[in-house]
Amino acid sequence: MSQPVANCPNCGAAVRFRFSSAVQSVCEYCRSIVVRRDVNLERVGEVSDLPPDPSPIQITTEGIYRNRPFVVAGRILYEYEQGGWNEWHIVFSDGKSGWLSDAMAEYAVTFGVVPTPEPLPPAEKIHRGRRFRWYGADYQVTLLTPARYRGVEGELPFEYWNKQQVLFADLRTSDARFGTIDYSERPALLFLGESVEFEALRLKNLRRVEGWDA
Amino acid sequence: MSTAPQVRSLNCTNCGAPLTIRAGGHTLTVVCERCLTLLDARDPALSVLQTFQARQRVQPLIPLGRRGELRGSTWEAIGFQVREIVVESVAYNWSEYLLYNPFKGFRYLTEYDGHWNFVATLRALPEETTARGRQAVRYLGQTYACFQSASARTIFVLGEFPWQFRVGEAVYVSDYIAPPRAVSAERTQNEVAWSLGEYLPGGEVWKAFKLPGACPPARGIYSNQPSPDGPNARSVWTVCLALVGLLAAMMFLFSVGARQEEVFQSSYTFSTAMKGETSFVTPVFELKGRPSNVEVKVDTDLENDWAYLSFTLINEQSGEGFDFGREIGYYHGVDTDGSWSEGGRDDRVLVPSVPPGRYYLRVEPDMNDEDGKAHSVRYQVKVRRDVPYNPFFWIAGLLLLVPPIFVSLRAAGFEKARWQESSFVSDSKSDREDE
Repeated sequence: MSQPVANCPNCGAAVRFRFSSAVQSVCEYCRSIVVRRDVNLERVGEVSDLPPDPSPIQITTEGIYRNRPFVVAGRILYEYEQGGWNEWHIVFSDGKSGWLSDAMAEYAVTFGVVPTPEPLPPAEKIHRGRRFRWYGADYQVTLLTPARYRGVEGELPFEYWNKQQVLFADLRTSDARFGTIDYSERPALLFLGESVEFEALRLKNLRRVEGWDA
Repeated sequence: MSTAPQVRSLNCTNCGAPLTIRAGGHTLTVVCERCLTLLDARDPALSVLQTFQARQRVQPLIPLGRRGELRGSTWEAIGFQVREIVVESVAYNWSEYLLYNPFKGFRYLTEYDGHWNFVATLRALPEETTARGRQAVRYLGQTYACFQSASARTIFVLGEFPWQFRVGEAVYVSDYIAPPRAVSAERTQNEVAWSLGEYLPGGEVWKAFKLPGACPPARGIYSNQPSPDGPNARSVWTVCLALVGLLAAMMFLFSVGARQEEVFQSSYTFSTAMKGETSFVTPVFELKGRPSNVEVKVDTDLENDWAYLSFTLINEQSGEGFDFGREIGYYHGVDTDGSWSEGGRDDRVLVPSVPPGRYYLRVEPDMNDEDGKAHSVRYQVKVRRDVPYNPFFWIAGLLLLVPPIFVSLRAAGFEKARWQESSFVSDSKSDREDE
């Protein structure tokens, strides 16, 4: 795996892109958000301090999903009325990107679906109970969550910074498949995958939790 | 390597009492145990959300902060609430313990009258359906019948919770059961929260959390309490039916193996008009093979009359005899209810375990002679060696069915008692109103 190194346009520290699919990273020293533009790095913003986070996952955590090893490369942190959740950017050994979401220690692995199996309804038309039949499964919108982009960390496969309000539509099926429609862009993005048990991911290199064993 | 923050020590904004937050980062609401105030755990100033009045303080059976091993994981009790539903103006309360593990998230233990359930939120979406005319849901291939739906209010709360709420708030709760499991839906305006509970004997909770003394005994039958006979009934039926099958096979083999050899047959006439000795002996016949039964069959032409036939089966060599007799009576006629009949014209006697040898029958017929009329009968005597004889098998077969029928009846009684508590059994409701 190539590890191109460039210097932070803000502080000059080395910014490492460990994953070839990564487009955006965060300078570990000055917390500048930098994106790759051709061969140059451009500073596009700065990460504010992230709130204390109870997630046992961290960047460099390793795990296994469907017999394929992955490593956590970055994350997006969202906040909503009832708390916050993490979308961890995971990179598999073949370079493919996915997402491990951790919402109150309920885990799901999803992958971006491009192109979407059908044009997605706009945000104002989506509602709870709406059904979609995709890839042989009946997805139902179970929850609409207006959330706020709270911050990023590590490497991401697309530029994602300085967002404001984001609407998410959670989709579930009767067989534990899981999906999210992300209305942060137009047209909306679709992620499909499944709910997973903590044990099934066989996570290593977790954060230490005082008084608890993983 | 960073450490995930978990435990925070704070003081209540309202009364200053010390507070502990055990699931830092998740907890949105924390309750001061001393002044029963709900505080906003996300707010650094710990602002007061609500101070509630409790009819009475409730002591959780599992102390908050206590850890226990359940289903292979460690869980810490961090929150406690009492919820109430009102059915036919009777209030029912149950307790819910919020359990936390920083890696595996949140679970619940619910307790009602000594009945416990270990509850997890569902990852798949149950499908609403109907089963036997009842509302039901299907979840991962199993059908859960709707047991009860009611509005549930939180009336007492302690500890901390990863959501915001106020005491007194209500959600609409529906329980669907497939013992020992139950699926529950909590419906609010924005969401249906589905969870799956599994019935847990109180003793397991006591052991898991190392609680002192003995658990309070479970009273009554709980909605998803497994029937003590439910799983038994099936295996008892299986075993008993297998044994009945075995018996039937044995019966078949014995029938096929029986010689059923006709060794003697003759017809006779008897009349009360006959004078002198009425008894006679038959010619000698041979009974072969191993010791086995002998069937003596009598066919008569009786018409509204009876006859008594005494027999002795006598071994020619030893003179040893088997005595037996049969009264045969046949009556029939027509009355206002139509035609009727009573008794029969034939009968048979089975003499068990007769050793082989040469035998003859001594026969002594008798008929009613007290009415001064003449009575007579023609009858045929037929002797067969080694006939299939099955009553033992039938009795054994019937006896074998007793345990499964008993278990099934008891299981049915349990189910009836269970569903009497359901809000969907209308007749039991009216029964209770009559009391």
